[in-house]
Amino acid sequence: MPTPLETFESSLQDVESSVKHTTPQSLEATLKTVIERPAVGVQLPFEECSLADLDVALDPTPRALQTAVCGITTAVLGIATYGTLVLEATPTGSELSSLFPDHHIAVLRATDIVPDMETAFDRLSELVAAGRGDHVLATGPSATADMGSLVYGAHGPRTVTVVLVEE
Amino acid sequence: MDGSRAETAAQIERLLETEGETVSENLTDLNQGRYESVDRLDEYDAYKTRARSIKADAIERLPELIETVSTAVEANGGSVYLADDADDANRYIREVVQEENAETVVKSKSMTTEEIECNEALSADGVSVWETDLGEFVLQVADESPSHIVVPAIHKSRAAIAELFNETFELDEPLETPAELTNFAREHLGAKIRAADVGITGANFIAADTGTIALVTSEGNARKTVAVPDTQITVAGVEKLLPTLSDLQPFVELIGRSGTGQDITSYVSLFTPPVETPPVPFDDPDTPIADGNRDRTFHLVLIDNGRLAVRDDPQLRETLYCIRCSACLNSCANFQHVGGHAFGGETYSGGIATGWEATVEGIDSAATFNDLCTGCTRCVNQCPVNIDIPWINTVVRDRINRSGDADAFSFLVDPLVPDTQPDGLDPQKRFFGSFERVATLASKTAPVSNWLPKLPGVRSVLERTLGIDHRRELPQFKRETLRSWFHSRDGPALDTVRRMAVLYPDCYTNTVHVERGKAAVRVLEALGVAVEMPAIRSSGRAPLSQGMIDTARSHASAVAADLIPLIDDGRDVVVIEPGELAMFRSEYEKLLDGERAEPIATASYDLFEYIYGLLENGGDLTTLEGAAEPVAYHAHCQQRTLGLESYTTAVLERLGFDVIESDVECCGMAGSFGYKSEYYDLSVDVGTALTEQFQTPATSDRTVVASGTSCSDQLDDLLERTPRHPIELLDSHTQNS
Repeated sequence: MPTPLETFESSLQDVESSVKHTTPQSLEATLKTVIERPAVGVQLPFEECSLADLDVALDPTPRALQTAVCGITTAVLGIATYGTLVLEATPTGSELSSLFPDHHIAVLRATDIVPDMETAFDRLSELVAAGRGDHVLATGPSATADMGSLVYGAHGPRTVTVVLVEE
Repeated sequence: MDGSRAETAAQIERLLETEGETVSENLTDLNQGRYESVDRLDEYDAYKTRARSIKADAIERLPELIETVSTAVEANGGSVYLADDADDANRYIREVVQEENAETVVKSKSMTTEEIECNEALSADGVSVWETDLGEFVLQVADESPSHIVVPAIHKSRAAIAELFNETFELDEPLETPAELTNFAREHLGAKIRAADVGITGANFIAADTGTIALVTSEGNARKTVAVPDTQITVAGVEKLLPTLSDLQPFVELIGRSGTGQDITSYVSLFTPPVETPPVPFDDPDTPIADGNRDRTFHLVLIDNGRLAVRDDPQLRETLYCIRCSACLNSCANFQHVGGHAFGGETYSGGIATGWEATVEGIDSAATFNDLCTGCTRCVNQCPVNIDIPWINTVVRDRINRSGDADAFSFLVDPLVPDTQPDGLDPQKRFFGSFERVATLASKTAPVSNWLPKLPGVRSVLERTLGIDHRRELPQFKRETLRSWFHSRDGPALDTVRRMAVLYPDCYTNTVHVERGKAAVRVLEALGVAVEMPAIRSSGRAPLSQGMIDTARSHASAVAADLIPLIDDGRDVVVIEPGELAMFRSEYEKLLDGERAEPIATASYDLFEYIYGLLENGGDLTTLEGAAEPVAYHAHCQQRTLGLESYTTAVLERLGFDVIESDVECCGMAGSFGYKSEYYDLSVDVGTALTEQFQTPATSDRTVVASGTSCSDQLDDLLERTPRHPIELLDSHTQNS
């Protein structure tokens, strides 16, 4: 039996998302290798990593949001069987950073990977009950088939990178 | 052809030429995706059962859920409005838009706003409304209506979209590739989203307990529609309510697979508005977003528009279980060839659209396309909430029959049908619905009945009065019926009687395809079955397929009266014609009480299912004819729905036949459908997809076999080779004669 982490990684491959492995200590260095600028984002829940130091606008203006090519946010959950990221829409504008720029980088703790949709919904129900009511289950880049064949990068990001943080 | 038939035929012919090919190509991909994606989900059937039970519970508790969601949304700071009908909903939406002084409204895809014609209402107020879903945007630019409930511009090819954009926007650099078209639309609509004052979305589901809206999308436009403007209006039919957030889970697993054939779409938004994301004032581009005004306004507009009334209609209530995934559109052979512009009403398209149109528009809108459902049941197993969509179509057809006026040609068919059917019933339907009487009469008068139509002018009269297309070969009735042959011969004395069975003499086998009936008798007897063939009424399939439910029910009662004593006496019931078996196994549940339906369903078998069972239980294979030829086999659609087609292949293979099976949805004939002048072209177009499979290098030399009468008639008309019933391959008498 593959572990949820292994399943998640193979699912990510199926949904056109790339993966970077790192640790809290190396997170900043890892991000440095994938960030394109101008970038926008929200503060990550890792003391070891400061996005401001990486020249990421954490409190962007509408203009900065529109011109950013890269957006960095956290993902609260990863769903192994689907390669899905659960992105919380926060008052700090996480939803905007994960949606407007062409490249979305999602930082996810490996311990937040759940095996399946059922487990994910158990967690989501708890979160919503606790007043955290806005989430997007995002699987791969935005896509459309409305123009004659499949195109990645419709209204949302064209590429997705998942940075997996393991202790 | 009479006037309305000619109009229907012309519309279908036009769509076959203009949109059919693109629709068909695009649907092939969706279908293939669905089959594969559903296959990957181990719990598929369990989730379907759960999804259905959640929906059944939700619709049962709908009034309570409306209260619950109102409390939840209001507690979150939003407003809820329950609109009685389209006008009421539009009035409320227009007021909200006016209060916000909104000049620009952006929308994400919503069939419910199509239903209430919200765009038209807002545009009339001078508001600029933009569809941000790329498919909807194409239609907005082209000023066309959706041809599919999920992929609205499925009838438009890349080239057609490129031409449309290049002409409309007078582009210096013409757009060509899908990527260029997508980029252009993204930029064009990006500006509209940035300027938007109000965002309008639909909802795929709403969790009543938390007021959470689920939006199933892939492009990201719905996310932007919600995030950017500070005012959000969500428009949703009341049936979208589910009791709790966790109830969403099976639907999230099923909806993408069932529709576009994706395990999950790129985005499933679960928003509990007013959302936490700060609105983005693009008109103040240099102030940090988070420093601005964060106040958001949210309105949930729940639409009744006939839904609560249908909730009280026991026959159509299941329409409200529909999650609008489009599986029933995509899996439908007729839909695949003409799309939703023919197979659809004012708003909705495909099989379940009959239920929706009857609910929100009324029977007249449903009547414009209801006949395109042939009752083949291919959609039944594809529906993620197990709605019996053909039954909904039949019920609506019955109601349409009752709403019509008596026809000038009614006198022709009056003697055929009992008085249970209304005067307004179309003579064409009355004729086909009375096939049992037609067949009995024709057999008694054969061969006169066979050469009569060949007289000059007779076919054109048949076409004008009954709408029977002159290009179609008519069945050749046999003077000696299967039953008279059976009872006039000396049956073999069986050494050991393994089973006792009634071989059901359906009227097609009894009067037209008599040879397959004889072969079935001989094969069963060779396997030690004591065969009986009493006179039994026809199952009622023919009247049912014309929407003549009362007549079908009287057939069912007569069949039950004949069969149940025999079943009680230990007889199995073996059925050759799959459509008849499907009556016994499924439809009788709806036509008879359980006490009568249940024993018939349990005791009846598909002919090859029965033979397979005999062979599994020690039946002697060597008594049957073996493999002489490679075979191309087309199973009947209802046989496939019941999961029975594999028995024919298994038995043939066991006897050494090399079998290639067709994998098309339907042969296109579907009982009377292909005989009807207004549908002849479509029937042939659908049938061609099948015959092409039997004309490949691997199949072109094979013996063609088909289980159903219709399939066999269609293949006979469209192929050089004459198809046979698979039972004839097992029968030494047929094989050696």
